[in-house]
Amino acid sequence: MKTSFRTIALVFGREFRAYFATPLAAVFLLVFLALSAGLAFFAGGFFERGQADLGPFFAWHPWLFLILMPAIGMRLWADERRSGVIELLMTLPVRAHEVVIGKFLAGWAFTAVALVLTMSFWLVTLYLGSPDNGIVVASYIGSFLMAGAFLAISACISAMTKNQVIAFILAAIVSFLLVMSGTNLVLAALRGWAPAFVVDLVQSLSFITNFDRLTRGVLEAPAVILFLSTIVLALWINVQVVDAKKAA
Amino acid sequence: MQLVQASGLVKTFSRLRAVDGVSLEVSRGEVVGFLGPNGAGKSTTMKMLTGFLEPDAGTASIAGHDVFADPIAARRHLGYLPEGAPAYGDMTVADFLAFVGRMRGLSNAVLGERLAEMVERVNLAAVWNRPIDALSKGFKRRVGIAQALIHDPEVLILDEPTDGLDPNQKHDMRELISAIAPGKAIVISTHILEEVEAICSRVVIIAEGKVVADATPAALLDAAAVDGQRPTLETVFRSITGSKAA
Repeated sequence: MKTSFRTIALVFGREFRAYFATPLAAVFLLVFLALSAGLAFFAGGFFERGQADLGPFFAWHPWLFLILMPAIGMRLWADERRSGVIELLMTLPVRAHEVVIGKFLAGWAFTAVALVLTMSFWLVTLYLGSPDNGIVVASYIGSFLMAGAFLAISACISAMTKNQVIAFILAAIVSFLLVMSGTNLVLAALRGWAPAFVVDLVQSLSFITNFDRLTRGVLEAPAVILFLSTIVLALWINVQVVDAKKAA
Repeated sequence: MQLVQASGLVKTFSRLRAVDGVSLEVSRGEVVGFLGPNGAGKSTTMKMLTGFLEPDAGTASIAGHDVFADPIAARRHLGYLPEGAPAYGDMTVADFLAFVGRMRGLSNAVLGERLAEMVERVNLAAVWNRPIDALSKGFKRRVGIAQALIHDPEVLILDEPTDGLDPNQKHDMRELISAIAPGKAIVISTHILEEVEAICSRVVIIAEGKVVADATPAALLDAAAVDGQRPTLETVFRSITGSKAA
């Protein structure tokens, strides 16, 4: 598959800047910082635990991302379709996968900015005590990978519609299912009738279970592979959707 | 070699056959006016010519490159103004044109020259650093033309380039198209018949997805003449497409 990295870089640059061209970036960063801090302090007992670690902070990330990543991804393709720019974009001498990758990387880089801004937490815990920095680093990597998986799913769904609201809601629902698949609620409902390997499979796909593994400080291969392969699969579907539904 | 060559293009949306066997050839130096009532299949045909839409049957090529088998090569020779002149509203005119130019592979040196020429030719100096969202319809349309011309393509496909412009702007747009026409093959869809007489060297009329006339404006009028009196193009258009629809 021929790939022009120049095209990917150009699309990336345009999309990354586009986040900051509207109030979306500021609103997103504020909400993300406020919620991740608020939840860690008030619902996670960040201080009461009396431990210098970031566990209560990271524990909320799956729940935050399942709402916030669809918010970042929803405009990536739906807006192109609504405005008709997709027609211009896809008649330039570029390949669909170059545009798909460029757009995804722009959203992912924006997420990285949001995560970097939360590192003030890390500094606070370093000041207050001595957190296990290995765990913190592994957790950040896990959080970034999980966010990428949510984002790729959101971008893919965004390519299926010209309506950003629909893109957001569908992406949030799919993300919710992936988060919930590891909980007893879902597993108990399956255990009654599904064969054991299906239950195991569903459980192994759970974003929460896999993210928890990473926040324990070990970059476990299965968890990393799950998130990376989710990204690859979602982007591959994204390319197919863009190719097939160019005119819809 | 024909710069634009399409044969037997067919496109069906759910049950509606939007384009039904359209063939079209455009050679260098020609400006083809693509006419037809709303819903006749003009935009759909143009989308297939550009390779944006895949036809159910038929082939299309731009400058000798099949638009589906070798899309990247075909698109390099093509400048396209989609219906409604879409653009990234959050970008300034300068940034947007530079983005399109780079996506088309222009080097920075060439891009600089081309941007300077676009400012001049398409008359964009007044809005150069303004966001596209803040522009009037006339300027947006001009930005759309400028992005189609940025790489100086051999083939231009313009879907309603003068739609929504005031009479002065329409005049300017026609002047521009006439000025760039030599050496290029241009296809323009329009509803404005006077425009066709002013700038087009050939008229292709489609109705219900089929080509119903393909001639020079003069030949079309002569063929419809009664007692040596040429009718207006509008009368011809109405008699050809109106009877089809009835």
